[in-house]
Amino acid sequence: MPSLNAAVQWNNVTFSVKGKTIIHNLTGTFYEGKITTLVGPSGAGKSTLFKLCNGLHTADTGDILIAGKEIASYPPVELRRMVGFALQDATMIDGTVYENLAMPLTLQGKDLSEEKAQELLQLVGLPITISTQSTNDLSGGQRQKLSIARTLVNRPSILLLDEITSSLDRVSQQDIEALIVRINKHYGTTIVWITHNLQQARTIGDYTWVLIDGQLIESGESSLLDEPENNEVRLFVKGDNS
Amino acid sequence: MSYLSLAITLIFVIIPLVLSKTLNLGLEKDTLIATVRSIIQLLAVGYVLQIVFESEHLIYILLMIILMIAAATQNARKKGVQIKGITRKLVLTFITVEILTQGILLGLGITPATAQYIIPISGMVIGNSMVLSILFLNRFISEVESKSKETELILSLGGTPKQAVHKQLITSIQASTIPTIESQKTIGLVQLPGMMSGQIIAGADPVQAVLFQLLILFLLLTTAVVTSIMLGYLSYPTLFNERMQFLKLEAKK
Ligand SMILES: Nc1ncnc2c1ncn2[C@@H]1O[C@H](COP(=O)(O)OP(=O)(O)O)[C@@H](O)[C@H]1O
Ligand SMILES: [Mg+2]
Repeated sequence: MPSLNAAVQWNNVTFSVKGKTIIHNLTGTFYEGKITTLVGPSGAGKSTLFKLCNGLHTADTGDILIAGKEIASYPPVELRRMVGFALQDATMIDGTVYENLAMPLTLQGKDLSEEKAQELLQLVGLPITISTQSTNDLSGGQRQKLSIARTLVNRPSILLLDEITSSLDRVSQQDIEALIVRINKHYGTTIVWITHNLQQARTIGDYTWVLIDGQLIESGESSLLDEPENNEVRLFVKGDNS
Repeated sequence: MSYLSLAITLIFVIIPLVLSKTLNLGLEKDTLIATVRSIIQLLAVGYVLQIVFESEHLIYILLMIILMIAAATQNARKKGVQIKGITRKLVLTFITVEILTQGILLGLGITPATAQYIIPISGMVIGNSMVLSILFLNRFISEVESKSKETELILSLGGTPKQAVHKQLITSIQASTIPTIESQKTIGLVQLPGMMSGQIIAGADPVQAVLFQLLILFLLLTTAVVTSIMLGYLSYPTLFNERMQFLKLEAKK
């Protein structure tokens, strides 16, 4: 795949917390303009990988290159706007849907226009009337949709999505899948998607990473999930499909 | 009052002791310790103050204030061990509050520059500053812990550390200063402030005592607000590193 550029290049990255190694000597690439799905059992270190990528953590050793530049060379705020991150449990601040949606701009002292807000809500499949509601009244699925919309406000060139469809019903899941594909095609956004749904990982992903115990066990085109060579991956895929 | 009448007042210690014993409340040991400690500590302070007042030496006054700040720091730091460098931050806060209040009082000639005024007022100011510090730290640490997800969210979207803990900071400043403000609304209606009562008993003109009490109340408003704000703004940066990453609070020792 010589024609592909690396949006994020990981070179021998190791990260540990309080002496416990969470990411082991990881090397791999998230390709520019592609959708990479990231699968693996709970506690494998998937969310941690995203935090390293968005600058919430710093690796102990190894290099992370974002668009070819060492991650540490970006000012943290700039990096985090460029690498959008929808957190695992769709955390909200106390307030209305609109306040949460506008937050990326509010943090910069800017406003989100009413039209733009409506456009974003519609994009993720939320009714625009929801705007003035408190986020405390939202369902899990609505929060996940809002979380995606909020992450898009910064217009990130890399989008990290951490289990954003786990509380959605099948229909909403398909809507979000279609939305992610649309964002990817329309804006050329590089997308990395952590999911427990292997079907989703297989059909939506161009590439797939399998992370187990902090190690990148297998990576390549998403079809690798059909016939995993690695025994651990085969066990994981079988177990999860049951 | 004589030592004989003080001895007789021990009746007021015996009453709770007897009640505790009969009802099995288990308060005897702590009551006795509290009694002995208060007698020793207050008498010691009384004699020290006598020496300080008689000599009127600046160095004694300074020494007393340093002692007060040391004791207040010692007490309050236990509530903030999770915050890096809390001892230094408390000392700085107490010194600032003390200099600010005494600076205004003495600078504008509101109170005379004598030990008789400086020491008791400093005691009240530093004591209150200590209580406020404890209230603030308790609340701030629990806010930071319970809202760590929100903090991470704001950082992840490109917010600064200050933006990421702003809500927690404001909530804690409000929560710690509100009792001081609230208590002043009902003061005099239910109970007379201790200092005023003491002055009246000692024979001062009640109106004079009230004026003085008002001065103290206003002083304590400044003390409360300045303490919380200063401690808050000194504390929050230690929760982050230079890469704007949220650090877990240090473990309680
Ligand atoms: N801040 C932290 N302190 C201690 N351990 C952590 C921390 N964050 C994550 N871990 C540990 O790191 C491992 C990977 O966590 P995580 O990245 O959330 O996994 P995943 O997203 O794959 O479920 C887990 O064992 C978790 O307990
Ligand atoms: Mg996770």
